[in-house]
Amino acid sequence: MSRVHVTTTVNGDETEFLCDPRETLLDCLRDRLNLTGAKEGCGTGDCGACSVTLDGRLVCSCLVLGVEAEGREIGTIEGVAQGDELHPLQRKFIEHAALQCGICTPGILVAAKALLEKSPDPTEEEVRYWLAGNLCRCTGYDKIIRAVMDTAAEMREAV
Amino acid sequence: MALDDSKREFRFVGTRPDRPDGLDKVTGRARFGADMNAAGMLHGAILRSPHAHARIVRIDTSKAEALADVKAVVTRADFAEVPFKPGLAGEVWNVLENVMAGDKALYDGHAVAAVAATSALAARDALKLIEVEYEELPYVTDVNAAMRQDAPVIREGAADFSVPDDMHPNVVRRHESGHGDVEAGFAEADLVIEDSFETEATHQGYIEPHACLGQLGKDGKGELWCCTQGHWIVQKTCAALLGIETANLRVTASEIGGGFGGKTTVFIEPVALALSRKANRPVKIVMSRAEVFRATGPTASASMDIKVGMKKDGTITAAQGEFRLQGGAFPGAPGDMTAMCAFAPYDLKNVHQVGYDVMTNRPKQAAYRAPGSPMAAFAVESVVDELCRKLDLDPIEVRLKNAAREGTKASYGPRFERIGLVETLEAAKAHPHYAAPLKPGQGRGISCGFWFNHGGETSVSLALSEDGSVQLMVGTPDIGGSRASMALMAAEVLGIPYENIRVTIADTASLGYNDVSHGSRVTYASGLATIKAAKDAVRKLSQRAAAKWGIPEDAVKWEDGCAVPSGPNAGDFDPLPLAEITAEMGQTGGPISGHFEATPEGAGVSFATHIVDAEVDRETGATKVVRYTVIQDAGKAIHPTYVEGQFQGGAAQGIGWALNEEYIYGEDGRLQNAGFLDYRIPVASDLPMIDTVIVEVPNPGHPFGVRGVGETSICPPLAAIANAVSAAAGVRMRHLPMSPPRTLAALKARDA
Ligand code: FES
Ligand code: FES
Repeated sequence: MSRVHVTTTVNGDETEFLCDPRETLLDCLRDRLNLTGAKEGCGTGDCGACSVTLDGRLVCSCLVLGVEAEGREIGTIEGVAQGDELHPLQRKFIEHAALQCGICTPGILVAAKALLEKSPDPTEEEVRYWLAGNLCRCTGYDKIIRAVMDTAAEMREAV
Repeated sequence: MALDDSKREFRFVGTRPDRPDGLDKVTGRARFGADMNAAGMLHGAILRSPHAHARIVRIDTSKAEALADVKAVVTRADFAEVPFKPGLAGEVWNVLENVMAGDKALYDGHAVAAVAATSALAARDALKLIEVEYEELPYVTDVNAAMRQDAPVIREGAADFSVPDDMHPNVVRRHESGHGDVEAGFAEADLVIEDSFETEATHQGYIEPHACLGQLGKDGKGELWCCTQGHWIVQKTCAALLGIETANLRVTASEIGGGFGGKTTVFIEPVALALSRKANRPVKIVMSRAEVFRATGPTASASMDIKVGMKKDGTITAAQGEFRLQGGAFPGAPGDMTAMCAFAPYDLKNVHQVGYDVMTNRPKQAAYRAPGSPMAAFAVESVVDELCRKLDLDPIEVRLKNAAREGTKASYGPRFERIGLVETLEAAKAHPHYAAPLKPGQGRGISCGFWFNHGGETSVSLALSEDGSVQLMVGTPDIGGSRASMALMAAEVLGIPYENIRVTIADTASLGYNDVSHGSRVTYASGLATIKAAKDAVRKLSQRAAAKWGIPEDAVKWEDGCAVPSGPNAGDFDPLPLAEITAEMGQTGGPISGHFEATPEGAGVSFATHIVDAEVDRETGATKVVRYTVIQDAGKAIHPTYVEGQFQGGAAQGIGWALNEEYIYGEDGRLQNAGFLDYRIPVASDLPMIDTVIVEVPNPGHPFGVRGVGETSICPPLAAIANAVSAAAGVRMRHLPMSPPRTLAALKARDA
């Protein structure tokens, strides 16, 4: 099948790639652009390991086609830290040991960041429901929820 | 040199520093199984049987091979005849048969052929062109049905000597143990309860599907990158399956996205290597989630009969159990371990247990966190709970009264050394959770759990750099923060900061053999080896100091990261810091390293007690866990935060097993729910915070007192939740999971 040329912006940088029209955005990020931070846990929209933002909206990149990235802005885990300055969520995840194996972590960080941008003072319940699409098999979520709540508190103090 | 062999005062151990690999894992930089590529790489895909049981009459790969994008196709004919090497028959043959079907496909999802093509899509397209002619055979997927005399035979001759001749050939192992006279014991009891229980198969459910990248040349030399709990076993098994020498295959473990026992064997790795050998290019294979469910290790399912007798004062007079475990189309279901764990928390005069390992047309079971123990605890702890209820006794008091202690003859044979069960029960009794009021409609359950823990073959190497920093090489993949605990233990012995130690998971070419990260062995065994390797380095450092000072070696002790003269020479010289010794090591005798290789035998068993509050929705049958407390003996918590994480993760997996997760097979013998939508693991909104209490009763078999913590945490939840449901809704659930339809049916049956 002939390939399609796609021009898009990833983490603020304009970039382009060729892809099979059947390839997902996740495949394109990982295989065409070598951005392997987003993971494939299921490929069916059930685990959230592939979470990215598309024009600011949180999506499962395994459910988006690569060609749909044309002219859009993509945000991935690789763009969450500003240079060597970690995002407060990333710092708090390390501090709270909110990861064990770490495979779910990129997706959860991208999703949690999207939450805090919308809702800087979430309740525990809100965090739990927002992250309900991001599976973690290792932690039982306890330390993840605490890390997100603690980050939100710190970020509120900072403003 | 004075070094205390067992240490109880610590400077680094027990603190909670950031994990060394944290930054890589929060920035997306960490490389997991599927994150590696190679120049000229092909993508592999595997064709799987749609039938539960079928003879493979013919495979025609010619159409697929004719495609320009396809560079290799393999079937069973491309693997070595096993046993290729002496001593590798048995389990290695089973693994080969599972990796690529021989004469028969034994379960829905069994691999029958594979292709390597220039892209993942091309590989998947090519699979459709492979023609397989099957002759369908009768099949069986249920454990009790598989034991009946009229059941289809999965494979003749798979049973060993332990199975009586009159049993069906699907029964492949039998275990029996116990002591005393159970009949006499039951006669002494005031109340005897006999009941039967079932648990469905569940999957480990790691979020990272199996993935690997392999390269094997015609010269028999190869490289393999894969996500695994143990790369030496991958090396050994792949080499055997491909007919090459073990040392010619170098295996590197990627970061691993969860395993829980399910990544302790091989599935796709030998296939990638076989494709690579044929195509003469590197081949990457990544499983889809559906493949993970259909073809990799679910746990065994179980059917169990339990009988326990109790006196009015709560004394258990006798206990017996029969445990029938279904482990798929190969031997290996943990009938033995299920039986051995069942009554381990109790000090019993009369106990008897029998376990069976039974084959069915399902995928080969793999270990899942304390294999067998959660099911056994579900059955036994449900019966004990029922006895307490009927005799109006407090469930913690009854367990304390009958608890196994130091010196107790365990239900499975040996005498316990120092153990911490009583301490977990006392902590549970004193915990505010146990006394907290319940809301209407809620119920509270408790349960104990037990796991043996494991030592295993272990090698560790520790190399000192000129500037005094340290490289620690261990061979057990880091599944949940073990690099941090290794660095803490090394820091403790060397007396240098945690940050100065870099821990690497070495590849198979850089270190001696290491067993897989399983059996809760990493912090125990790799930890013990790290301590001994660090002590070996300290001994060499002290020798250099002794030589420099011109005093005997035994007149040097190691304190706070420095060599210090002691005894008659005390105070003669200033303490010599590690970095000053290493700065000169090139001139004073060469590089300094510490090593340790052994199979440590002192893994201490561990116990836990869990308390759970649950409420049951009478209209939907849905159960919600509203409060959860894990209390477990860790021996010594090296990094307490990661110990808590293990407690919480095990509890969450147990909650999923208790309430939702199950392999569902249709009448056609095929798996009905091979995806996360229909196989529902707990999500964040399903769970409450999970409180933890770390009990520390030191393990005499480890210099710092460590007991493994990874597995025991999944043993109590199934029973604790069933007991809470019984208290909340007045129904005794005997079949897991307690999914809404099952609970609703039980509620209706009760009211009818
Ligand atoms: S990989 Fe996209 S949701 Fe699981
Ligand atoms: S940390 Fe392993 S899946 Fe979340």
